[in-house]
Amino acid sequence: MLTRINGLVLRYLYLYRRSLARAGEIFFWPIMDLLVWGFVSTYINQENNVALFLLGSVIFWDVLYRSQQAITLSISEDIWVKNILNVFVSPVSIFELMVATCIMGIIKAVITAVVLGSLAFLLYAFNIVSIGILLLPFLISLLLFGWALGMVTMALILRFGKSAEALVWGIPFLIQPFSAVFYPVEVLPNWLQIVAYTMPSTYVFEGMREVLSNGEWLNLKILMIAFLLNILYLVTGAIFFGWMFSQVREKGYLTRLGME
Amino acid sequence: MPDQIIEIEKLTKNFGAITAVNELGFSVARGETVGLLGPNGAGKTTTIQMLLGLTKPTSGDIRFFNLNLQDSRRKILQRINFASAYISLPSNLTVYENLNVFGKLYGIPTPRRKIGDLLDLLEIPQVINQVTGALSSGQLTRLNLCKAFLNDPEILLLDEPTASLDPDIAEKVRLTLQNVQQEHGVTMLYTSHNMREVELMCDRVIFLSRGNIVAEGTPQEIVDNCQSESLEEVFISLARNGELKDFSELE
Repeated sequence: MLTRINGLVLRYLYLYRRSLARAGEIFFWPIMDLLVWGFVSTYINQENNVALFLLGSVIFWDVLYRSQQAITLSISEDIWVKNILNVFVSPVSIFELMVATCIMGIIKAVITAVVLGSLAFLLYAFNIVSIGILLLPFLISLLLFGWALGMVTMALILRFGKSAEALVWGIPFLIQPFSAVFYPVEVLPNWLQIVAYTMPSTYVFEGMREVLSNGEWLNLKILMIAFLLNILYLVTGAIFFGWMFSQVREKGYLTRLGME
Repeated sequence: MPDQIIEIEKLTKNFGAITAVNELGFSVARGETVGLLGPNGAGKTTTIQMLLGLTKPTSGDIRFFNLNLQDSRRKILQRINFASAYISLPSNLTVYENLNVFGKLYGIPTPRRKIGDLLDLLEIPQVINQVTGALSSGQLTRLNLCKAFLNDPEILLLDEPTASLDPDIAEKVRLTLQNVQQEHGVTMLYTSHNMREVELMCDRVIFLSRGNIVAEGTPQEIVDNCQSESLEEVFISLARNGELKDFSELE
């Protein structure tokens, strides 16, 4: 019995040794969690009325997360059930595939926002609509960033195969600590603030907090920066996906993904 | 000269220092059923992948219907289809939902009627509303073929379509394929490890070994030229020795 257990342990260890993504499960995500909730604690010590912001943050975060997941899970699901080759040998272009998954992102994000927004109102009397007209550009901005992250994640899964599947759930949490989701940017050390402002999501979460505390947020320039960054990330994500897909075709990895 | 519907010229695929397919050249005439055979590692799968545009060739030319695959991949894919024992349709969707999705991907104008006709043809009309995951392996194979017939393909690439089927169902699938081939003149490129099936199905076979064509002809010609009893014996000899000594000497 012990030999069999030892064999199983070895088998799992081999898996972790050969896959950076799986190894990330052990080290990277726990560290990220520690960072996020550490900063949250710092913030809670400094501010009152935090719960309100946290609820808004949770809803907004889920919009971004579902948007990314719509792309990655849609394609991953086809890999898992060995249907991906059926799709790739049909006359569907990569662009059409990406558009379809982005539409899924919109559907999932809207459902998420409506359900969580309603629950927050019913359970905690938190009205997400009180953000006003800015709610729409905020949500669109998060949706776009989710698509960009989804494209990068999917490119990595196509290239590195099933061993990289943990990234489906992991990639959004890579940016979470630096997006000031649950705490303001000023809580972060200076050098991390610079990183934070390279992410469109940061502007949205900061904006949401400002609107909820002051009732208005007139700095449209900031919103523009978020959208410009989104365009940059989307273009970069699309180029990266295209390049990776070309590598995958070059190395013949599609069949490995679709049949194994 | 018969209408050459598939033309392959000097097709090569290198994976680093390994040459999986080496300057392969062959053509397939409209309505012909050609078997692409060889032991594991011979280059069959890589060739099929390149024919479907899933893998980029290192060099060489692939033409379907006189269209270059590199330039007209989508146009070509609209007119061909693929079925393999090693891929499947999502198990959590019903048969109708699965075929309807692919009907849409192939732009079938009236998918419901087409799906009904194909399920009748494959003798599984009763499964239309069943969840795909609940089908038997024989039904799944026939469902995969339904998907492959959805766009009335002029060319069908079949990767071991009867693998893992019991002899009874395998024969039914073979007969269906032969009927479709005869009624619609579908051109088929067929890979299989079942040499008896290849003898029954294929007008011509191409034997690959280490990425090269080592024999080409009708199943009978190859058996005769190799002074063997059967195609299976030829296959075993090729798998063990890596070449068909008798064949090259006789040629």
